[in-house]
Amino acid sequence: MSGAVGTRISEILEDREAVLGRWVELVTEGVRGRITEREVRTELGELYGLVQRELADGDESAAGELRAALQEISRSRARQGFSPSETAVSVFALKQAVHERIGAAGEETAYAQFIAFSGYVDELGLMTFETYSATREQVIADQAEQLLELATPVVKLWDGILGVPLVGTLDSARTQVVMETLLQMLVDTGSQFAVIDITGVPAVDTEVAQHLLKTVMAARLMGTECVISGIRPQIAQTIVTLGIEFGDIVTKASLADALAYALAASGVRLVEGAGA
Amino acid sequence: MTAPPQEPVPITSGDDVVRVRQAVRTAAAAAGLSLVDQTKIVTAASELARNTLVYGGGGHARVERVTDARGRAGVRIAFGDDGPGIPDIDLALTEGWTSGSGLGLGLTGARRLTDEFHLDTEVGGGTTVTVTKWAR
Repeated sequence: MSGAVGTRISEILEDREAVLGRWVELVTEGVRGRITEREVRTELGELYGLVQRELADGDESAAGELRAALQEISRSRARQGFSPSETAVSVFALKQAVHERIGAAGEETAYAQFIAFSGYVDELGLMTFETYSATREQVIADQAEQLLELATPVVKLWDGILGVPLVGTLDSARTQVVMETLLQMLVDTGSQFAVIDITGVPAVDTEVAQHLLKTVMAARLMGTECVISGIRPQIAQTIVTLGIEFGDIVTKASLADALAYALAASGVRLVEGAGA
Repeated sequence: MTAPPQEPVPITSGDDVVRVRQAVRTAAAAAGLSLVDQTKIVTAASELARNTLVYGGGGHARVERVTDARGRAGVRIAFGDDGPGIPDIDLALTEGWTSGSGLGLGLTGARRLTDEFHLDTEVGGGTTVTVTKWAR
């Protein structure tokens, strides 16, 4: 790459203070104060040295180091939630910094070489971009996995009574996880009742209903009675209009009602204390 | 009079069904539908989007806000696919009948949940279902 860019650009880059200073200034503007100028200067200073070494001496190891350093920077930008353009500007701003220097000198050779240099910076920029999006995809995949685990807890409400608070969309994958966790907890705790709370489920359509029914059936086969709670008025009306039948499954408006029902059915009496 | 049409939402996976649902919820809220009516149209959209995916082999949904002659606002959603089509419409609109493994309530339920329901299908030529819900 170094031969193509030419010596005039390398000479311009020799004026480290001016070019690097302008580059740092441009990048600091671009990230709007989320990284201090000093941090930017340290990051870019390292990159600047590597760019110089690659362009002037054709140093292969510098080229490798430069790419590794760029990937590191774009990975950390992606994780810190910077936008793609805020990340890419870190690299592309170098073009502007160099271009302004040529503008000041106004030479033709420099302009011709600048085109090659521009291509070189573009290549670095694109690589930064690719690393950025790969990192973001990784972050999203991790979060999806965490959500699936987070969103399906089975908790003990009382001796012999389990609670399954469902939040979000209930699809086949979620149902499978819920069902497995619930059935395992039933075995572990020997619970007689399970309260499935759907307050956090935004819409109950036939698929969701079918998944709920299957879960209830499976629990029933293991000798556990399920109560479905958290049925809001609009959901109740929609279920009726859709024509879904919950059969003999006990349903309650709130989790509190469901717990009271399960407690009463298991023979627990709640007595108000004298001190209360 | 119609609000500017939105980009059709592609339906090619289970996640897209969620996206359609969100688009419909936003449009229904913007059109001023009550919470119950919002839930109804969202649920109907969910059923139809899943039909498009499962039986139509994927397709798209076009969500738009509409206004009728009397100035009443509403939401209209058109689901289109290039799937096998429905050979027997009467059978498909029979309560509890399904060609798959569902409850057989999706299509009939969606018809009851909405104010206007239009089914256009041809064997081998795909299916289009258009539903509308008006604000009260």
